[in-house]
Amino acid sequence: MELKPVRDAFGEALVTLGASHPEIAVVDCDLSAPTKTAEFNNTFPERFFQFGIQEANAIGVGAGLAISGFRPFVCSFACFITGRYDQIRISVCANEAPVVIVGTHAGLAIGKDGATQMGLEDVNLMRGLPNMTVLQPADHIETREMMKYVVTSRHPIYLRIGRQPVPNMNKENYKFSFGKGVTLVKGNDLAIISSGGMVYIAIEAAKELEKKGINSRVINIHTIKPIDRNIIKKAAKETKGIFTLEDHNIIGGLGSAVAEIVAEEGIITPVKRWGVRDVFGESGDPKDLYRKHKLDKEGVVSEVVKFYKKLKK
Amino acid sequence: MDSKTLKKLNLLAVEVRVTTIETIYRAGSGHSGPALSIVDIITSLLFYRMNWDKYLKDVKGKDALKQWRYWHDPILQRDRFVISKGHGVPSWYASLAIGGYIKTKELQDLRKIGSRLQGHPERKRFPFIDGTTGSLGQGQSEALGYALAKKAQGRKEKVYCIIGDGESNEGQVWEAAMSAPKFKLDNLVYIIDFNKKQSEGTNKEIMDIEPLHKKWEAFNWHVQRIDGHDMKQLLNAYEECDKVNDKPHVIIADTHKGYLGNRQVFMGGGHNPVIDEENFQKSVELLASIKKSYGA
Repeated sequence: MELKPVRDAFGEALVTLGASHPEIAVVDCDLSAPTKTAEFNNTFPERFFQFGIQEANAIGVGAGLAISGFRPFVCSFACFITGRYDQIRISVCANEAPVVIVGTHAGLAIGKDGATQMGLEDVNLMRGLPNMTVLQPADHIETREMMKYVVTSRHPIYLRIGRQPVPNMNKENYKFSFGKGVTLVKGNDLAIISSGGMVYIAIEAAKELEKKGINSRVINIHTIKPIDRNIIKKAAKETKGIFTLEDHNIIGGLGSAVAEIVAEEGIITPVKRWGVRDVFGESGDPKDLYRKHKLDKEGVVSEVVKFYKKLKK
Repeated sequence: MDSKTLKKLNLLAVEVRVTTIETIYRAGSGHSGPALSIVDIITSLLFYRMNWDKYLKDVKGKDALKQWRYWHDPILQRDRFVISKGHGVPSWYASLAIGGYIKTKELQDLRKIGSRLQGHPERKRFPFIDGTTGSLGQGQSEALGYALAKKAQGRKEKVYCIIGDGESNEGQVWEAAMSAPKFKLDNLVYIIDFNKKQSEGTNKEIMDIEPLHKKWEAFNWHVQRIDGHDMKQLLNAYEECDKVNDKPHVIIADTHKGYLGNRQVFMGGGHNPVIDEENFQKSVELLASIKKSYGA
């Protein structure tokens, strides 16, 4: 199976959709090659605005462009762009300016560059903003289909894009349904709820778990906000426990969002949040980092087994 | 411009000052100092320079939602105005009432729950605001975005933005300063309200921003420095902007915090003093005498 980072699919979708959507624009912060907007620049240079390493200014400019009729994608690494929190809070969200904030290289996958380059708190930050939508695609097909939604929506969106190569898990005829989680693997022993690049790991882990006699349901949450309440409710009722899996700090991310719903619905079921456990990252080969944080297949399997053994229902 | 126009604008500025002080007084709180220093700038923009009056008839008396949709339709060829130093907004609201954009009665709602007239301006609640501001150092980037969009769309309107001198402590102001010349945004005019004071003291005490003129020149802007309370100098400065192409414009307007006219400032030029009946009455009387001096 061919493995490809979703940022490639993001860059391709921008160019494809750019032809039929003259309102699409890119505001770049000197990272067009890694964030995959370089091809958009080659194709539509009149709609590509290079603002250098001025993320704060770029966000405000994006708001001005958006209010003027453009659908701007303001792109940088997830950590840098969401680090300009107040600009996103006021210029984008309070203004209700339809800007797409694109945070690439989310999670541990930037590897050797180290902690300062890793977006591990971005979902927490973006989720807490009124008027903000948070999206994270799991594979190429989902990225391509999600982008069709993103360009036609007129709301602020945070689009979280990973760097790690993933295969396609969705079928070619996949339709993106905003706000609806996707059940990729059926099972009733426990549910693994995941998002982005971790969905692939969840599926691989589920195959291993099946060999051990544990039938896991794998749910992909591509819309982290507003989250699919029903699919979480169902998973909480129909399985013995929920294991959330994310390439993000376990505080404030997907796991927190899921736990909030389970608690609010009054369903008594254990929720195990798995991800980066409230620490900064460090330099290292991505493979070694995922192994260290037990976010590779083997690590996830062992954590799920531990969790499952404790479940009483 | 003729002397009749200048007289008219000067008299309007007095009206805006009276209404601003009254509005803040009735609201019980608000930033009178930074609202009064920009009155002449605002008056020159709303009642002379910007093309808003052309569209006023289309929104007057319409319901709030219709007004908002019409006014914020990106295709509307009106100039854009961002008050980046959002705390100065009461004088903007006052001038809108005097200009007939809102009813004078609505000024009583300033800072009250459910009001369109928020303590700091909010675009989504109120049509005649082109940027939600108040977290300082952001409005100038939104204005830059408007100007960039208009260039890309081949449009002729202009974008005006008032920036505070205290606000110029913010790094993002200088990001905008660095980037606008790159895009040759000659449709963008920043006006710096250089009243030399910020919240807790003078600029010099808190954070010196001089030499301001040299800073903007070094960033490659078309720079003018004028008396921000002199209507003639303001109008001339806008005309000078029209003569310079391919560069964004910055007008450094020397002003006084709380300026009333006739070398008088309101309540010592304080930032946001609590206005009592006595000071309110005194200022109203003073402004009435200033009005007379203009030959009203």
